[in-house]
Amino acid sequence: MSDPSLLALNLAEARDGLTRKMFSARELAAAYNDAVAEVNPLNAYITPTPERALGMADAADQRLARGETLPLDGIPVAVKDLFCTKDILTTAGSHILDGFHPPYESTVTDKLWQAGAVMLGKANLDEFAMGSSSATSWYGPVENPWRRPGDNRPLVPGGSSGGSAAAVAARAALAAIGTDTGGSIRQPASFCGIVGLKPTYGRCSRWGVVAFASSLDHPGPMGRTVLDVAIMLGVMAGHDDRDSTSAPVPVPDFAAALSGDIRRLRVGIPKEYRVDGMPSEIEALWQQGVEWLRAAGAEPVEISLPMTKHALAAYYIIAPAEASSNLARYDGVRFGLRVEGDSLDEMYELTRAAGFGAEVRRRVLIGTYVLSAGYYDAYYLKAQRVRTLIARDFAEAFERVDCILTPTAPSAAFIIGENTDDPIAMYLNDVFTVPANLAGVPAISVPAGLSADGLPLGLQITGRAFDEETVLRVAQILENAACFRHLPSFVVGGGG
Amino acid sequence: MALDKATVAQIATLARIRLSEAELEPLADELSHILTWVEQLNEVDTSGVSPMASAAAANLPMRDDAVTDGGCRDAILGNAPRAARGFFTVPKVVE
Repeated sequence: MSDPSLLALNLAEARDGLTRKMFSARELAAAYNDAVAEVNPLNAYITPTPERALGMADAADQRLARGETLPLDGIPVAVKDLFCTKDILTTAGSHILDGFHPPYESTVTDKLWQAGAVMLGKANLDEFAMGSSSATSWYGPVENPWRRPGDNRPLVPGGSSGGSAAAVAARAALAAIGTDTGGSIRQPASFCGIVGLKPTYGRCSRWGVVAFASSLDHPGPMGRTVLDVAIMLGVMAGHDDRDSTSAPVPVPDFAAALSGDIRRLRVGIPKEYRVDGMPSEIEALWQQGVEWLRAAGAEPVEISLPMTKHALAAYYIIAPAEASSNLARYDGVRFGLRVEGDSLDEMYELTRAAGFGAEVRRRVLIGTYVLSAGYYDAYYLKAQRVRTLIARDFAEAFERVDCILTPTAPSAAFIIGENTDDPIAMYLNDVFTVPANLAGVPAISVPAGLSADGLPLGLQITGRAFDEETVLRVAQILENAACFRHLPSFVVGGGG
Repeated sequence: MALDKATVAQIATLARIRLSEAELEPLADELSHILTWVEQLNEVDTSGVSPMASAAAANLPMRDDAVTDGGCRDAILGNAPRAARGFFTVPKVVE
């Protein structure tokens, strides 16, 4: 059995407990290893790494005993299985990476281990991070620890970082890392009632992250509180020579930015985010968020982001185009699955037919088409021009306001299996999150309330490029005002 | 844009993904549906707007042209489905 009192601590509290020697890193890691085993029915982890966790915890205990404490010493985290981890199975949720043990460590995970963090395991996800439900994984769907009261049907945790989000929400990880290409950190954070941050493009290195759409992929932290996420980001961020798009900018003290003071801050409220069919409870929660920020001294300002309605369509050209190029490397030659054929081409075709699931195949085909001769200008270049206009929308807005408040997603978590008949219905989950990926600006989701059927709903704060400090500061005001203390129906240790 | 079965087969060949005859028709429908939806971008006037490839700074950084990694052939080949004598192996390409 896990020790529920240890699991109930957030990252900042656990760090405090470790430095005060109230418990050891080994005790904490052992409690979380048990929790990972208990949470198995949610399918949140593909590969738990309990022995690795205990070894890392022992090393942390030695440092703690010597007083050489590192920023994340002894903190147990889940790693989305899109980050390469040296000698540990890395799957991207795909059959085609069968048996892949990377001979190297991703920059972001390396930074976590250098900072003393403890690896609990590799978290489940949509195949190649393509999805909004964590249901397209070769390793089976992830279940949300939340259920509607009186309704036993399992819900999706959102996606693609759904395993990471479910693990944190169910107290089977103290924090987690994910990646966000169109909302894959923020939408699952909203669906699972946790905090998730997509940093600025270039803030966290992509080196060693299995590539989906390189110009849109953002590694980022997920945690129980805004402070926890700020602490994680401080460790994950920083320039990396091995990623040519990594930004050579200093890393501020993100936790110190949580001053609680947003007086006179101008908060943009974009009128285009009132989309048709959005539940009135989400509209009401958004309005509540405006009032919370106003009460804290901020000044709400109505703004216009006129290209919002076209962001999804641009995204669903650009992301598949980049994916079709990035996924060309899965050919049965160097790693993963191989299906033999009589010729090289036949081997490629049979391997890729067997190795890619339906959604990945669909996106590779769309991407191949929009990049092919005769269609490149009409689709791909057109989408890239619209992307310029979307980035311009944000640039103009940020001349008038300091951040933007919107809902994170147009719905709460849905039942596993819903939204699968029509790919576009699934894509619409990302309507509020995709614009920040196209523009590269930072955005966070904070749990702000419950839907009428008892499921978490998030609010999103978007900020200027490399101004995560304002994003985090405003997010913490929302967090404190919302005072979200609800627990999911499946929580290790039963809450308390 | 409505794609026909022949076009889907052609795209699949370009993408090196084998499709069965039975898969072509449903995929043609799905892909046509998605393409028709993304064509809403034609409503947007983008004349004079340059395409944006990335949010990162346009200037790629320079570094010394020096070896910084390598010497790990066996570790890399360890992931290969088939390898022999220090090489990846593939079906015979030249008769």
